[in-house]
Parts: sequence; C-alpha cells; structure tokens
Amino acid sequence: MALAMLRAQKSPMPGFGLGMGITLTMLSLIVILPVAALLAKGISYGPEGVWNTVNTPRVWAALYLSFRLAFLAALFNLVFGTLLAWVLARYDFPGRRIVDAVVDLPFALPTAVAGIALTALYAPNGAFGSIAKSMGQKIAYTEWGILIALIFVGLPFVTRTVQPVIAEIESEVEEASATLGAGRFYTMHRVILPMLLPAALTGFALSLARAVGEYGSVIFIAGNLPMKTEIAPLLIVIKLEEFDYGGAAAIGIAMLLISFSMLLVINLIQIWSRRRIGHV
Amino acid sequence: MFDSTLNEPFLAPTERATHKWRPVTEESPLVRALLIAVALGGLAFLVLAPLAVVFAEAFAKGALEAVKSLAKPEALSAIKLTLLVAAIAVPVNAIFGIAAAWVITKFDFRGKAFLITLIDLPFSVSPVVAGLALVLLFGSNSLLGGWLVASGFPIIFALPGIVLASVFVTFPFVARELIPVMIEQGRSEEEAALTLGASGWRVFLTVTLPNIKWALLYGVLLCNARAMGEFGAVAVVSGKIRGQTATMPITIEMLYNEYLSVAAFSMAGVLAALALLTLLLKTVLEWRHADQLAATRRH
Repeated sequence: MALAMLRAQKSPMPGFGLGMGITLTMLSLIVILPVAALLAKGISYGPEGVWNTVNTPRVWAALYLSFRLAFLAALFNLVFGTLLAWVLARYDFPGRRIVDAVVDLPFALPTAVAGIALTALYAPNGAFGSIAKSMGQKIAYTEWGILIALIFVGLPFVTRTVQPVIAEIESEVEEASATLGAGRFYTMHRVILPMLLPAALTGFALSLARAVGEYGSVIFIAGNLPMKTEIAPLLIVIKLEEFDYGGAAAIGIAMLLISFSMLLVINLIQIWSRRRIGHV
Repeated sequence: MFDSTLNEPFLAPTERATHKWRPVTEESPLVRALLIAVALGGLAFLVLAPLAVVFAEAFAKGALEAVKSLAKPEALSAIKLTLLVAAIAVPVNAIFGIAAAWVITKFDFRGKAFLITLIDLPFSVSPVVAGLALVLLFGSNSLLGGWLVASGFPIIFALPGIVLASVFVTFPFVARELIPVMIEQGRSEEEAALTLGASGWRVFLTVTLPNIKWALLYGVLLCNARAMGEFGAVAVVSGKIRGQTATMPITIEMLYNEYLSVAAFSMAGVLAALALLTLLLKTVLEWRHADQLAATRRH
C-alpha cells in the first residue's frame, strides 16, 4: 500500500502517525498477511490445482448445500426480520424492551452453545424433534436442521438494519398516502416497504455472508454425511485434519470468490434501489 | 410509539368511548395483534427455546452434578484459558479500534473507504477460512511458521494462535461502534482544546475519551462476548489439546461428542449466562445512553 496515499491532508489534529501506525500494523499482521498467505497458497497450487480440488462431486455438493441453505435462511430472515423490526419500532406492548434485547441473543450466544442446544431440541428424542418424529419427519441430521441453525445465527441482522430506518420514516409520508386514498395495505406495500428495501437488503447480505461461513452451530445438527449434509466449511476442516493444506486453501478460496461475487451482486441491487428511491 | 390521545384530541372523553378513531398511520388492532403474535411466537420458538434447553439439559441431573462437572480440572483449565484469551484479545482490539476510529474520523486522506473495507473484511470471511489463513501463515509448514517453531515460539496449536484467531473474528467490533459516534461528534471540540494549548494526549484523554466512553464500552462488551465464544476459527488453530489449548467452546464440543451431556451443557450454560449478562449490560447502556449510542444503531 502506498504510504503517500495515506498522508493526511493538512490537519491541526495530532496523532495521525501513531494512529495510522497502530491501525496498519495490526491490520497487516492479523488480517492482510493471513489472507495473503491463503491467496498465495492458492496461487502456488495453480489455478488447475484449485480447480481439480474443487471440481469433485463431494466439494460441489458441499458448496451447493452451503450456499443454497444460506440463501434460504437469509430469505427467511429478510421477511421475519423486517416484520420483527416493524413490531418493535411501531407497536407498544408489555415487555417490548426485553423482546428487543432478546433479538440480539443469537449474536451474543456462542455458536457451539447454539449448536448443541438446537441439536438437543430437534433431535428425534428432543422436545421439537419428538413431535416431528411422531409425524414421521426428521429435522436434526437433515437439511432442515442446518436451515434452522443458519436462520438462528442470521436472525438479528435484518431487524437491526431495518429498525432505525422505520424509526426515521416521517408520518407525513403515510398520511399523504392515506389522504390520496390508499388503504393501509396499499401504503405498506407501495410506500413503506420500498423505503425499507435498501436497509433490508443490507441485512440480507450480512445474514447471507454469516450463514455461508457458519460452522459452530451447524456441525452438531448437520449429521455431516458426505454428499448429503456436509457443509463447505467442514470440508476445509477435514482437509486440514488430513494435512492437505493446498486442498483446504482451494476450497477456502472458492468460498471467498463465491461469497464476494454474491455480495457484489447484492451491493449492486442495493445501489440501484437506493438510486430509485433517492435517499435512505 | 403513537399515543392515541394525541391523535384524537378533539373528542370529549365520553365521545371517545363510543367513537374509536384509528389514525390512518396505524394498522387495525386485529392486524397489529396478529403481527405481534407472529413476532413473539417466532422469537420464542427460534431463540428462547434453544436458550431454555441449555439450562434444562445442564440441570437434568440436578444442580450438584452441573457444578461438579465444572469443577473438573479439564473444565477449569478451559475456563482459565478462555478468560486469558479474552483478557488479551479485548484490550488489543480496543486499542486498535480507538486508533482506527481516530485516524478515520479526525483526518481526511485518500484510501479511507478502502481502509474501512479492509477493517470490515473479517465480517465477511468464514471463521474457518480465517483459521485456515492463520495456519497457512504461521503453521509449521510455512516459511515464517517453521522459523517461529524452530526458535521456540510456536503460534499454531498454542496460545498465540488462539489469541490471533480471536482478534481476527472480533477485529471490526470496537472500531465499528466508535466510528459513527465520532463522526456525529465532529472535530470542533478537539480543535478548540488544541487552540487553547492542550497537548495531543490531553485532548484525547479529557475531550475525546469522555465523549466516546459509552460507545467504547459497548464495543468492548460485544467484542468480549464474541472472543469468549468463538468456535470455528479457534477450532482450526488450537489443535484441541485437552487441558492446554481447549477453550470453553472447544471443550463443549469434546464433551458433547463423548456423550457427557450434563458436562457439555453445564459449560454451555456458563457461556449462555455470560451472553445473557452481555445483553443485560447492553440494554442498560442503550437505555441510559440512548442519545450517544443512537448513531451506532445505524449501521
């Protein structure tokens, strides 16, 4: 990185050198160098090596499973999270403040704890799992279990991005819509939801990125059957345990590439929707 | 949020009882009740049920068994290690967060947006990939790692690796809480202090720090919760050596895989209690310092 680029424009404020020094040193040591080492491993492995590792049925199945279920979980969180944000921002009911705090629980609860708790709940002998079993269904150790774990870890993102936007909507907008003869449903659908869309998409993207890489809460409930319920991050761990560092790096790079292209698309949609609505 | 009396100020009390006007900016009571029911039901089902299960399973054979399992040497060493890792990782991230937020909010320079993107990068990298990257850089197979191991300072499968992994996954926490608050507050107070002849450190300690202390505490709180609970990244770099590099979440996995349900859930209960405490403190902070933290809720 060119240091000349990072020179501060004339400022009377002190501490630029020290602050920038700490920032860049730690950023390099903890984030940039390790990620560079990952990419370097991929390069030394060669694009062909990376492709040959990734292009096996087992890896494709894991990548497809991870991204498909992460997308479905983020979609669920988009709808439920927006609804939750609306209820928390607009309605007053006893215990609202507690409910507001509970929304953040998936952020605060360690993933391994969530993993074993969800497994205990949805396993065939668990509280919810036994109900499913009596109906001839299985939740834990199937895709459904993975989906529930991914919904859990991504739950707060959409609510936390949408809630402040709802709080800022001027009531005049809704009044104007009503004055012009729109029913409440029409106002919601055509006036309010479009205003929430950019923030909701940000939450969706964060929830998606989190779910794609999630490991701790999933491995307990997944069952981890190759080709069926094996997620991509688990494959990396398996390759590492076999000391196949090149293979692990190849899958890691593939995950990074797919994640970044998905986030890029979502960012483009976001820019487009922001432009269409003009603000927020 | 909407006080109904404010919306119908022209009605006498007797009339209000007979005429129930609903403001045009509200849903009908039925829709409202339905939405609240869906939200609360969903949260109870998705979030509260797993939390309840942790404590139910921990106390399945009585409180005594739960406490006994936590008093075992393996459990105690895991608790000690987790506390040690958090005690290093959290101050490191606090210092980084303050330095980064200071540079980003008090100065203008080219490449600022790129710097912010780099700071946010750990949020979009899978913890497992983060652990893998650290193994590739510092593992004994790499150039740097081989030299470090040879000189008696191994990083991977040892404490430094666990700390690095914990710092990586919590990297943006403090900076992200501070930046919006410091942007909101601007630079004028610091500039005034400088004009009056205060030194740089004095400006930071007596002007900036009091202004950002609640946001800083908030960031530290979130950082601590994540550092103590990190599983994926730590699982990759720790080597899971019992009694040595097994943190609390790693020990939970080991106990669970050995079908020691009470022990696994007891330790999980400790972390869950910590999560609840974090949420409680966070709620108190938000409630008492809502105006100062308002900026941070916008991201």
